[in-house]
Amino acid sequence: MIDARNVSKTFFVPHQVKALVDVTTKIAAGEVVVVIGPSGSGKSTFLRCLNHLEIADEGHILIDGIDILDRKTNINKVRAEVGMVFQSFNLFPHKTVLENITLAQRVVRKRPKEEAHAKAMTLLEKVGISDKANAFPDNLSGGQQQRVAIARALAMDPKVMLFDEPTSALDPEMIGEVLDVMKTLAREGMTMVVVTHEMGFAREVADRVIFMDDGAIVEVGTPEHFFTAPTHDRTKLFLSQIL
Amino acid sequence: MNNKSNTRRSMPPWKYNLWVGVFFAILFSVFMLIYIATIRIEYTWSWYKVPSTFLNREVIEITSEIDGKVAQVDRKNDEAVITVENETERKSYTVPAEDIRVNQGDLIYYGDTLATYRKWRAGIILQGLWITLKCSLFAIIFGIIIGVIGGIARISDNPALKWSAISYVELIRGSPLLVQIFIWYFVLGTMINQLLMSYGMKEIPSLWYGVASLACFTGAYVTEIVRAGIQSIHRGQTEAARSLGMTYGQCMRHVVLPQAMRRILPPLAGQFISLIKDSSLLGIIAVRELLKATREVVTTQLNPFEMFFTAAALYLVITFSLSMFVQYLERKTATT
Repeated sequence: MIDARNVSKTFFVPHQVKALVDVTTKIAAGEVVVVIGPSGSGKSTFLRCLNHLEIADEGHILIDGIDILDRKTNINKVRAEVGMVFQSFNLFPHKTVLENITLAQRVVRKRPKEEAHAKAMTLLEKVGISDKANAFPDNLSGGQQQRVAIARALAMDPKVMLFDEPTSALDPEMIGEVLDVMKTLAREGMTMVVVTHEMGFAREVADRVIFMDDGAIVEVGTPEHFFTAPTHDRTKLFLSQIL
Repeated sequence: MNNKSNTRRSMPPWKYNLWVGVFFAILFSVFMLIYIATIRIEYTWSWYKVPSTFLNREVIEITSEIDGKVAQVDRKNDEAVITVENETERKSYTVPAEDIRVNQGDLIYYGDTLATYRKWRAGIILQGLWITLKCSLFAIIFGIIIGVIGGIARISDNPALKWSAISYVELIRGSPLLVQIFIWYFVLGTMINQLLMSYGMKEIPSLWYGVASLACFTGAYVTEIVRAGIQSIHRGQTEAARSLGMTYGQCMRHVVLPQAMRRILPPLAGQFISLIKDSSLLGIIAVRELLKATREVVTTQLNPFEMFFTAAALYLVITFSLSMFVQYLERKTATT
């Protein structure tokens, strides 16, 4: 599903930082991969490279066999297949919850109004906030907003879902409701790449955990391997600091 | 919620009321000073001349086009049909029956008045007001179009677009509007009209050069307002839209611009209010807008004080209505 080969990226502003150094990994369809690592380790950058929000300097990224770093690729088509959930929700504040979910369906997928509407309602049901369909995002709690954001991404019927620290901006009591939605998704067989600090989620849901530091993948393994017998010193240090 | 009774004041009520009184006293003295001054210079106030500059009743005369005799005057309710005939011709005139000057059998010569009636007509000030509104409205519409295109070009990565927008803004903002109006009318206007005439087409009236100069001028400011508005929308909005597969254009149209527009409504309103006021400059290129109309009235009626106050009040009415309208728009588009 996702095939990243030797991906590198350097930021020059505000100062030169090697954000990604020769990152190579494959993610199979239906797999749930959790990316962990200290802040500034490049995990978010890696995730954003996967749907071209950041453009990798070197290497190849293949999504479902399509090289998104090829200039000839229509990136909008690829992005429609790759759902993304942001730390800060990024709902459209001028549109109602329902309109947030139907907009891209109508504009990108060209679905008729009724179909988009029905799809949105089904998804709102799924994330448990169908009663807020006509509310504006600013009137929702953080947890509710994030669930709408997940529904918005799912409405496009994506093949992959990318989660960029989806619970980091939430109040503690709202983290659970968002994680529950994500767990349901994982159980249904969605391919997911999740950048998170929620070790409980990683342990419970992940098929594979990737530990990144200084822009490179340090260690890859199953959750059991990670939380019981990590091999690298940096992994051990990181885990000892957060667990 | 704006609940005035809950607002705590920093001074006791008697003091507060005292200062309210002082405010009205100042207001009153200003008016009195002006009034006393006009009495000193023996100015004759003639406000009664003002209403006719808004609306007046025009007398319309219906005259005979032939020599002959009035054959028939046929009254029906409010209308009458007067028939004039001679040996060779017969003509009928349908007129309002309010003032018929002839009777059956009267001898009529060419040009004689058969009847008159009075009709309400917009006075010169009302016409000027209309021209001011028309110029401003067109300039605002074109200004918005120019500004949105300019604003998007201004933040584009394409140097041709970006530098064009920057040059346009700097060029327009760097010179007085009066100079620009002269350039539009006397330079571009002369060129365009002479070219049109050489191809056998009609000249464009000066009003449209006026509209063009105002639109161009205001467009530059709107460009900067739109640019700031777009840039004030959080980057996450664009990222969310693009991550859903929207193109740059779709993202702008459905996500960024609607939000930016709401945010820039207040500065936009300010800009358009100055545009309406600036339209008073168009009088110098023979566009008979409100101020030019006022000056024309002053030269004939010799009541400058009343007329200039009237003009100022009319501008105030337009600009105040616009700012009320924008406040209404802001409330209507509120999302919380």
